[in-house]
Amino acid sequence: MAGFLARRLLNYAVLVVVAASLAYLVAATALDPRSNYADRTPKPPPAVVDAQLTVLNLNDKTPLLQRYAVWAGGVLRGDFGKTVAGAPVNDDIKRRMGVTFRLVILGLVCGSLLGVLVGALAAVRQYGWFDRLSTGLSFLVLAVPVVVLANMLILAGAWANQHVFGRQVLLVSGEYSAGVEGLGSQVVDRLQHLVLPTISLSVGLIAVFSRYQRNMMLDVLGADFVRTARAKGLSRRRALTRHALRTAMIPVVTYFAFTFGALLTGATFTEKIFGWHGLGEQLINSIFSNDVNTVAAISLLAAVSVLCAALAADLLHAALDPRVRA
Amino acid sequence: MTLSEEELAEELADGTLTRPPSRARMVAGRFFRSTQGLIGFAVLALMFLLAFVGPLFSPWTYTDKDFTAFMQPPSARHWFGTLQTGSDVFAVTLRGMQKSLVVGLLAALVSTALAAVVGAFAGYFLGWTDRVLSWVTDLLLVLPAFLILAILSPLFGSGQWPLFVVMLALFLWMVTSKIVRGMAISVKEREFVQAARYMGVPPVRIIFRHVIPNLSSLLIVDATLNVSSAILTETSLSYFGFGIQPPDVSFGTLIADGSLTAVYAPWTFWFVAGLLVVTVLAVNLVGDALRDAFDPSSGKA
Amino acid sequence: MDEPVLEVTDLTVSFGDVRAVRGVSYAVRPGEVLGIVGESGSGKSVTSAAVMGLLPPGARVTGSVRLRGKELIGAPERALNSFRGKSLSMVFQDPLSALTPVYRVGDQIAEAVRVHQRVGKETALVKAIELLELVGIPRPAERALAFPHEFSGGMRQRVVIAMAIANDPDVIICDEPTTALDVTIQAQILEVLKRAQAKTGAAIIMITHDLGVVAGFADRVLVMYAGRPVEVGGVDDIYYRSRMPYTAGLLGSVPRVDRRGRQPLTPIEGNPPSPAALPPGCPFAPRCPMHVSACDEEEPPLFEVGPEHRAACIRWQEVHPRGPGRHAAPSDGPRLRARGERSVLEVHQLVKDYPLLKGAVFKRRIGTVHAVARVSFDLRQGETLGLVGESGSGKTTALTQILELAAPQEGRIVVLGHDTARLSRAERTEIRRDMQVVFQDPLASLDPRMTVHDILAEPLRTHGRPDSGRRVRELLALVGLDPAHAARYPQDFSGGQRQRIAIARALALEPRLLVLDEPVSALDVSIQAGVINLLDSLKARLGLSYLFVAHDLAVVRYIADRVAVMYLGRIAEIGHVDAVYDHPAHPYTQALLSAIPLPDPERERSRERILLEGDLPSPANPPTGCRFRTRCPKFRTELTGEERELCVGVEPEVRPVGEDQGAACHYADRRGVG
Repeated sequence: MAGFLARRLLNYAVLVVVAASLAYLVAATALDPRSNYADRTPKPPPAVVDAQLTVLNLNDKTPLLQRYAVWAGGVLRGDFGKTVAGAPVNDDIKRRMGVTFRLVILGLVCGSLLGVLVGALAAVRQYGWFDRLSTGLSFLVLAVPVVVLANMLILAGAWANQHVFGRQVLLVSGEYSAGVEGLGSQVVDRLQHLVLPTISLSVGLIAVFSRYQRNMMLDVLGADFVRTARAKGLSRRRALTRHALRTAMIPVVTYFAFTFGALLTGATFTEKIFGWHGLGEQLINSIFSNDVNTVAAISLLAAVSVLCAALAADLLHAALDPRVRA
Repeated sequence: MTLSEEELAEELADGTLTRPPSRARMVAGRFFRSTQGLIGFAVLALMFLLAFVGPLFSPWTYTDKDFTAFMQPPSARHWFGTLQTGSDVFAVTLRGMQKSLVVGLLAALVSTALAAVVGAFAGYFLGWTDRVLSWVTDLLLVLPAFLILAILSPLFGSGQWPLFVVMLALFLWMVTSKIVRGMAISVKEREFVQAARYMGVPPVRIIFRHVIPNLSSLLIVDATLNVSSAILTETSLSYFGFGIQPPDVSFGTLIADGSLTAVYAPWTFWFVAGLLVVTVLAVNLVGDALRDAFDPSSGKA
Repeated sequence: MDEPVLEVTDLTVSFGDVRAVRGVSYAVRPGEVLGIVGESGSGKSVTSAAVMGLLPPGARVTGSVRLRGKELIGAPERALNSFRGKSLSMVFQDPLSALTPVYRVGDQIAEAVRVHQRVGKETALVKAIELLELVGIPRPAERALAFPHEFSGGMRQRVVIAMAIANDPDVIICDEPTTALDVTIQAQILEVLKRAQAKTGAAIIMITHDLGVVAGFADRVLVMYAGRPVEVGGVDDIYYRSRMPYTAGLLGSVPRVDRRGRQPLTPIEGNPPSPAALPPGCPFAPRCPMHVSACDEEEPPLFEVGPEHRAACIRWQEVHPRGPGRHAAPSDGPRLRARGERSVLEVHQLVKDYPLLKGAVFKRRIGTVHAVARVSFDLRQGETLGLVGESGSGKTTALTQILELAAPQEGRIVVLGHDTARLSRAERTEIRRDMQVVFQDPLASLDPRMTVHDILAEPLRTHGRPDSGRRVRELLALVGLDPAHAARYPQDFSGGQRQRIAIARALALEPRLLVLDEPVSALDVSIQAGVINLLDSLKARLGLSYLFVAHDLAVVRYIADRVAVMYLGRIAEIGHVDAVYDHPAHPYTQALLSAIPLPDPERERSRERILLEGDLPSPANPPTGCRFRTRCPKFRTELTGEERELCVGVEPEVRPVGEDQGAACHYADRRGVG
């Protein structure tokens, strides 16, 4: 067991190293931090630019491998280098991780719980009105890209503020408003900011989780052990909740872990459109600002979170399923 | 033990000519009997028709600018209204749709083919082949696809969209490939593959003759669903300016522009968004109906 | 006589337009065992699901099911829940999937107790442990904490039985309870069922396709065909005085382990009708040897043909089945004849281990399975060697080793004169041409996406023989199929026809050696006989040699010249079939033969079974010395302490015990088994 885990972790470490290095090399080759200085007025002299870039380890006149070595050395010491603006990447990333976490966790929990509920209900009454409705809606939702959904939500929020509430209830930009005093009002303010992004995250998740749970549940509903439970004299409802749902939940829970890992850097569109300064937003900003070090740091983080999620999914699976645990 | 010549001649004359319904026809039959499949297929066909035939009926092309009408709502002159630049929304939208459909279809085809080959080889041979292929698959899963595509986006400019298709496909195939690998392992254990092996059929031939064809239902369904994810990914990338590059337009670039003006000029956003949603929805419906048609015992009857 | 406890009257079940059950009536009295016999698709399982009220939604049920006088059809769900598991309980066919994988076995039984009895958790668990002990699970208190996947198939079936008798039911419905199990385990489970019945006094409805199981177990038998009973009566009436040609045909098509000589079996022609397209008149008419035009006019009712004996045949008076004495068919003396000169297959001291892995997510090696441990046998030209054994005996591993044509881990395999350890590429291809294989499940062994023509042409193309159209036709004709069907797909054929296609494919290259892996065990009895006869005649006509792997000893006795019995990776006994079957020398062979139920009620009643205790030990950790000693009745009861030491210390090798008979037992002793 321990040996197996060690081998697996080693494999993960290699994957992370290769992925992050690849991301760094691609970013360092394709992005051009020098161009950031081109539109400055007054235009700084080339020597100054070179010096500045060298300090940031971004100078394209330094050989790529040398830059890579400097970067990799830093990463090994836990230092991801500096942003194009000269601030440490570490601080920026740390702050943004918090933001992303606060944004994602509520959406993920809402989305997966509701999704599982909807899926299970739909499966139990297969072809009933609820099944048809939920299937239809999830198809519709899955066809709407997040960029469209988020923009639609913003439009809808603006309309609702104007016509339903008569004041700014649903706030569409940022995590909180500046200058709000008092704990109570701060919480309310944060919640107001959270509503729309959470909806935009969870709607898609509900659709995905409900489809998944429905399929798992349908597989289990016809299983022999559910029939055995019924033959014991359990009512349909008890047989379904105690025996079918419990078994059908296993793959869904592992899927949950996986989604969480993917969302840490995957909430890009929601963050960007709703103006949350999280990792996803930074991903896009850093490309626009030719910020090689940030790009590499986020790539590394994404790789780590995906692999951690995969590991967590397997551990959860083992915890829930005695067949796997054995 | 041999039949006489006459008997053989007789049998050649009749019998074989009346072929029973083939599997493809059976699947097609089941597919078109489901309302869902029919609707999806009809809508999708309509979308294609609209994208490729529609422009012929429009007096405007996507590069035309009407300098007498900036930001005008839909009218008889401009069916979907105009943009800030004076471009005709109808013409521009159809052009974007063409690009998105073509990019989506091609990327899905390429990625499914890649997934089939990689997954089948890894699953059939196992051992080192599997280890190497699976490692590459994992690596691509771990690399943030969006980021790489975004960084490389300058390469896609000026008519280089085929390169974009390839890159898009390169980040779409991994999950399918893992599924294919798992199924290939189980198909390999199936007795008809064993029978072929013990008959002396070479492995590569077994893969292409027995393994991949027996995963065709999965692959067809997956290719269909990949069309929608390719369209969605393309849209998202282009939304941020990382995909299709100007002067070309696609759903993504149009939605990006439209969302800025949506509040006071809804026609610049809703037509494109609506068509995109309808297209993807239709593709998904077709995919789902295909899945049922291939496997009547799955989920829905 | 007691009042019937369960009375089913004119039960019909239909799914949409398809009538799966068309008027079934029967009654069982307390303590009585009713056997319901039928082939797949006869509606026997649907009937029992209907009685339990556990049909899928969409099934329409009419008629009446009365349990102690209370009507169940149309009763409210709450009432049904209170009957299910209490007065009416059920044992299912597949014990592997019948238990919820995520709960402990003890808890699942306790749940069954608590549904119907107002007792606390503790009490229920104590009761569960008692039940586990009753059904013969060793160390019940400990095993109650285990999960289902930690149990073997036989043990799981005991758990299901424990659950079924938890509330002292009036009726236990057993739906093929032993079909998925090995024959020695089957004997144990039948014994447990008898014990459970004695304990609860319940009536048992035993649904099965196996005429042997019913013969020894049931008091009365109901034979079903095409969704309807076609003959009902006492067990002796059915077996010795059947009045329905179908019953007689079924009995005639069963190969019997206690019968030597090689009269061809009498298969029933054709296939069972699909419930969606029943022929007019008697549904059996198209397959019936006694068919007259009157049969097609209307479906015959059940005629009273004797006391408590009814049959649905208008010519019942003319049906003359074989009498009870027939099993003692005159033996023509041992068929010993000189073995051929040329050997086509030699296996010498073959060893195959593979790693024992545990865990699906965290795979790790926890041991080594010694699947095949120094096995030797040979097969001569024109001979059939039957390789028999229960699951875990290593017969499939041995077979795979031969088919791989690779160098074995240890030992030597010589196929058609070539040592597999020293094969060139060309030689391997050549052997692949001369050695062909037929698998168990014909549907799985034929690529569903290829037409029959392509399937049969594949070996020809692979080995560079063009012009396949004519050869394909020849092959189809050879195995008794219509050559015009070459354009169809495997799924358009019935099970028996598919197996014929698989045989035709194996014959395409005119091989010399045919490896048959359980070729008839997936087929219904009436179909199986036809395939066995075909194999037998092909062998004679084409001069083939067969390596015939099977778990069904009766089939092997029928087709094989010599037999090798395997136990836990070793050969227990090998020799000429008649010698081994009539006078088995190894205690395992003796137990195996005695565990096979015979379709002969009188003999079943007079037989004394040698019951083996427990499960097969893990091949990863076989007992020292003789691998069979942990379950050996001889070791346990007959041997003295000194004699046992030899069994514990020294692994016995196969030693001759007669002319062409050898056994791997230190105290081998040829004896007949009942």
